[in-house]
Amino acid sequence: MAKAQIMNGNELISEGAIVAGCRFYAGYPITPSSEIPEHLSKRMPEVGGIFVQFEDEIASCMAAVGASYAGYKSMTASSGPGISLKQEAIGLACMMELPLVVVNVMRGGPSTGLPTRVSQADYMQARWGTHGDHMIIAVAPETLLETYTETIRAFNMAEKYRTPVYILSDAVLAHLNGRVELPDESELEIIGRTQPTVDPKEFYPYDVERFGDVPPLPNAENFHKYRFHMTGLNKDKTGFPTVDVKAVEDDEERMIRKITDNIKDIESFEYYKTDDADMVVVAYGSNAAAARVAVDDARNAGIKVGMFRPITVWPFPEKQVAELGKNFNKILVTEINLGQMLFEVERVVKGNADISTVLQAAGVPIRPQQILDKIKEVS
Amino acid sequence: MATDYSKYLRMDKLPLYWCPGCGNGTILKSIITAIDELGWKNDDIMMVSGIGCSSRATGYVDFHTIHTLHGRALPVATAIKMCHPGMHVVVVSGDGDSTAIGGNHFIHACRRNIDLTLVVVDNWIYGMTGGQYSPLTPTGTKGSTMPRGNIDPNFDIVKLAEGAGATYIARSSVAEPVILKNYIKKGLEHTGISVIDAMSNCHIQWGRRNKFGDPVKLVNHIKEITISKTKAAKMTEEELKGKYITGIFRDDKDKKEYTQAYKELIEKAQNE
Repeated sequence: MAKAQIMNGNELISEGAIVAGCRFYAGYPITPSSEIPEHLSKRMPEVGGIFVQFEDEIASCMAAVGASYAGYKSMTASSGPGISLKQEAIGLACMMELPLVVVNVMRGGPSTGLPTRVSQADYMQARWGTHGDHMIIAVAPETLLETYTETIRAFNMAEKYRTPVYILSDAVLAHLNGRVELPDESELEIIGRTQPTVDPKEFYPYDVERFGDVPPLPNAENFHKYRFHMTGLNKDKTGFPTVDVKAVEDDEERMIRKITDNIKDIESFEYYKTDDADMVVVAYGSNAAAARVAVDDARNAGIKVGMFRPITVWPFPEKQVAELGKNFNKILVTEINLGQMLFEVERVVKGNADISTVLQAAGVPIRPQQILDKIKEVS
Repeated sequence: MATDYSKYLRMDKLPLYWCPGCGNGTILKSIITAIDELGWKNDDIMMVSGIGCSSRATGYVDFHTIHTLHGRALPVATAIKMCHPGMHVVVVSGDGDSTAIGGNHFIHACRRNIDLTLVVVDNWIYGMTGGQYSPLTPTGTKGSTMPRGNIDPNFDIVKLAEGAGATYIARSSVAEPVILKNYIKKGLEHTGISVIDAMSNCHIQWGRRNKFGDPVKLVNHIKEITISKTKAAKMTEEELKGKYITGIFRDDKDKKEYTQAYKELIEKAQNE
């Protein structure tokens, strides 16, 4: 049975994490994500979990990586400059192949920017923020309910693919209070990392030859009996450093492949009123709520328009957007930045459709009217 | 009884990649011998390191091991200890790793008094990257980024740890390996954070630039400039200039240990 709650996006992410099995949170205070550590500082001890406010953003993300190595489902959250500081630790989680959930409650930037105001300007940072070739998963909830359900999905994917996963929330979702009917816990699918069953003497943390692209990794319960090494250096299957050309090449390619080969499981998107549409709006996150209103208003004015909304925003839904380019003459991209997902849309549409935009980086949400005006202009 | 080192080493990873004569080997031996004397099981030991020559130690020991990022061993170690309070957590970190890039983590780990042992391999220099000066490079001596002599005043790790609230603090050197081992052993046994300033020789990167390119000559130099607490008490300030005082500087069993404090917090939250 569903239970109704009045909560804001930050609280719902926190509760989603607990339901998903997160029992380690490390963070540092920063606006507009601070309600996450505030909420979890109360809740974690209640469920026997660990909450630590560290000395800085770097330490908090490194601690979350350390807890994941120790078998815990772990999370850190931040905004703006805090996410920039966490990048080296996110790269370490990529290289060590440790599950990790990073919440980015996006605010304006660059630099200190607009701490209390909304933005989607970390879209590209999520993909390319840490150095080196890597793949990343990022989800962008649109509604309060999705802040909860997408957090659970983020943990499931992190565990399943041994990878960091971003939740791209924003200042609007963070502080929006609303009534949410949470799904019953028994209806939720909660995934933990695959457990090793081999003799501890034969266990290697990257034994891809025996166990495929995502090998088993001990959880907290099994951590003690499996002794292994991990490093941020390029590694071989045993977890020790290597500079062997073939070993490095295979490992680098596998770390990307383990995500791209499972895209069917990872991808998530919504087509809204696109069936009979002549044009399509592409929007994500809280901005999709504005686009949705604009689509409805345009339809009331007799314009056949729909919306495509990526929920998994990374990896980018290349196939679906390429099809949009073939099926529609006009695509309107809207995001609360000066054009970031736009680059991806342009890349895969390959000139097959005319692309127009509603972009704004002013610290305020894009209003439905702005999107509606553009729909009318280009339709 | 002689220690069977093969019980604690990943023998297939030998030989050590450190330079011949490097103090890292002496310090690793001290840690292993201390662990052997305590009779700890490999499965119960977690060794965490950052980046640098000494941080490669985690690759050689047959414990749970993680080789993390430059300066970041302590937050990782803190998290692991929180997750598994029953494990013995040991951190091996260089002077640059622990007091420059990791300086913030150093003071806060001391402040929290979490039960882990930090062995600072204090060889006054960034060895791996080619001899750049660190916060421990003695003022006036040369590094690859201080070709005319270091103008920076250097840290005193003992005072730093004292000020930050660590509960076990000791200093020794590779010139007195048995004493070093004993101090590490006491640190391992201590409940709370223990910081051991293990003065070491980098004759390659610091030594060659400062007329101590020979390891024996540099270890002898360390022997000359280190003075025990007892001896130092009888010396004048003038006589102690340029000297490093060795000994156990704090052994406080009263301050609450962090995982214990957290355990009590959980009990409080669950009984509300």
